[in-house]
Amino acid sequence: MLEILKQSNNPEICKPLVEAVIEKAKEFQQKFGRKPAFMEVCGSHTMALARTGVKQCLKEDVNLISGPGCPVCVTDQRSIDAMIALAEGEDRIICTFGDMMRVPGSNKTLLDSKIAGKDIRVLYSPVDAVKIAEENPDKEVVFLGVGFETTIPILTLMIGEAEKREIPNFSIWMTTKLVEPVLRFLLDAGEVNLDGFLLPGHVSIVLGEDSYQYLVDEYRISGVITGFETAEILSGIYKGIELALHEKIAIVNNHPAVVSKTGNQVIHQWFDKYLTECDEAWRGIGIIANSGLDLKPEYDQFNAKKRFTVHVGEPRKTKCRCGEVIRGLISPTECLLFGRACQPMNPIGPCMVSAEGSCAAHYQYMRESF
Amino acid sequence: MEQYINLAHGDGGELSHRLIRDLFVEAFGDGKAAMFDAAEITLTSQQIAVSTDSFVIKPIFFPGGSIGKLAVAGTVNDLAVSGAKPAFLTCGFVIEEGFSISDLKIIVSDMANEARKTGVSIVAGDTKVVERGSADGVYINTTGIGIYESGIGCSLLFEEGDAIIVTGSIGDHGVAVLAARGELGITVPIESDCASLNRMLGEVLHHSGGVRIMRDPTRGGLATTLVEIAEDFHITMKINEIDLPVKEEVHGVCDLLGFDPLYLANEGKAIIIVSNEEKEKVLDIIREFPEGQDAVIIGSITGKQKGQLLLETPLGSKRLLNRLSGTMFPRIC
Repeated sequence: MLEILKQSNNPEICKPLVEAVIEKAKEFQQKFGRKPAFMEVCGSHTMALARTGVKQCLKEDVNLISGPGCPVCVTDQRSIDAMIALAEGEDRIICTFGDMMRVPGSNKTLLDSKIAGKDIRVLYSPVDAVKIAEENPDKEVVFLGVGFETTIPILTLMIGEAEKREIPNFSIWMTTKLVEPVLRFLLDAGEVNLDGFLLPGHVSIVLGEDSYQYLVDEYRISGVITGFETAEILSGIYKGIELALHEKIAIVNNHPAVVSKTGNQVIHQWFDKYLTECDEAWRGIGIIANSGLDLKPEYDQFNAKKRFTVHVGEPRKTKCRCGEVIRGLISPTECLLFGRACQPMNPIGPCMVSAEGSCAAHYQYMRESF
Repeated sequence: MEQYINLAHGDGGELSHRLIRDLFVEAFGDGKAAMFDAAEITLTSQQIAVSTDSFVIKPIFFPGGSIGKLAVAGTVNDLAVSGAKPAFLTCGFVIEEGFSISDLKIIVSDMANEARKTGVSIVAGDTKVVERGSADGVYINTTGIGIYESGIGCSLLFEEGDAIIVTGSIGDHGVAVLAARGELGITVPIESDCASLNRMLGEVLHHSGGVRIMRDPTRGGLATTLVEIAEDFHITMKINEIDLPVKEEVHGVCDLLGFDPLYLANEGKAIIIVSNEEKEKVLDIIREFPEGQDAVIIGSITGKQKGQLLLETPLGSKRLLNRLSGTMFPRIC
């Protein structure tokens, strides 16, 4: 497997692939008089496209638009403010993924709170939060559960552990998001013209190939399930253009080694056991019905939203256009703040902070001055 | 019975005296200097280099080294990349009350071993003990003095076509320390590259007059150090992603956790910019040393004036590299 992954980044394989994609894209352009356009749904794809130089190589020929797949970026401002407010409580240990630390709240960041003395811990292995709760019985330990279908299984694993070990002082602040409802929102809104989606390989491991059939049946749009290595991304784009060129609509599984037709059934069982659909607020979009997962009422003891009350005011208004960036309406550089007032060390919006954010990817990998 | 440091070890009385006599002087071996408030040293040149560094790494023991080894190697390397021959070190310890004396002995012995290996003398020291909770175990400051030899050094005169050499794989220290903290949730079979480079770099300078600059890419990693050189000397450099020496294990951790090896810390690597004519000769010298056997050329100076660092991806596209910004790492040195 490692050998395959290595080959996936081998320039001798990838360079001809770039040429093949460009050739296909030119064919498309000749036929339809415009560049083919695809949205990479996932933040990991956004980063990979920028880091590997794929986006740069294809910029003249393929329109690659970043979508709403960075979990921190799509989190509503009020929800971010609530998590920062949660950390203000006494006798609490807040555990989080590193991305959240610098995300700007209306008044401060979690990092500001940590510097001011609050016990906020960045975990690489989230399940450690359960251990921390066990070791600190006099403290309330809350994990900030931000994420898509890729992260949610870990959250259920944590609940399972806490349940098994009967840990009373552990809970999760759930602000999870699901891919399907937001894709439906984008397609229903009809704001972006696309020839297809690049669908995230890791989310698809959980969901399975068949879960995307609604794209074909209801929206008449294609999707290519794609891995994250250079050759995988390039071949995914190639297949997407090929479908569009021949005016075919289908879901293509370009990551078949790990993505099955029906997804990971064990994870589906965990979801069924612990979770229920809920409405979620998305940055720049608002509330989308049934677009997230929350804990079922019988697990209220692990549900931080049920255990703690936080008060937040109206979010501070800024000129940040993250909301339009995640909907694919503008590219990061079209935001007036980009690279000027808004930089990774001094971010105005979450897209500049997250390791998967479009603005961060642009800033880190695609600023040009040479 | 296990013994621990207490506040009296730092109050200047009997316990302080015994700690200095039995531990530090014993290990560092210069009893005469310990009798006075300052060490007297004789310099063989009027031109010297001075460097100071504080070490707060967590954990204090990690695969491939300890805070003690790091405290000597770190300052020795700062002197060595400046073109000086490291000669003397001082060390200051800030120790938390309750720290294990047996751990302290290991740390001091690591320092003594590394100093012996590198040929530097530890000539002065200080110990302070702070209340439990006021520090995290032990912090060490070392200050070093290096001697410049006449006619030996870096020219700082850059030319288009100069080669950029890195003396081995990047990111090992960063990953080893992260893994040693037990926070990754995975076991990574990788050791820190923590090592003193003075003998290797000294050899390079003695045999090549084409060295433009040497730097050790510690915190901020290879990219940050190269960006600093590019900006400070107004040169444009291009490095090739495909030539970067990154171990598979480091690659794996970076992929999994979203790190970039270009920004991970190193503690036993040097960047050497050398004239195109001398690059192969310098590479051969470096590869003679165990700490330099994986040395490679990763890029070159492509122009003057602009002050920027470019990375060519395996696909042939170029992107601008910037300083490490906004990423959070735990204490790594």
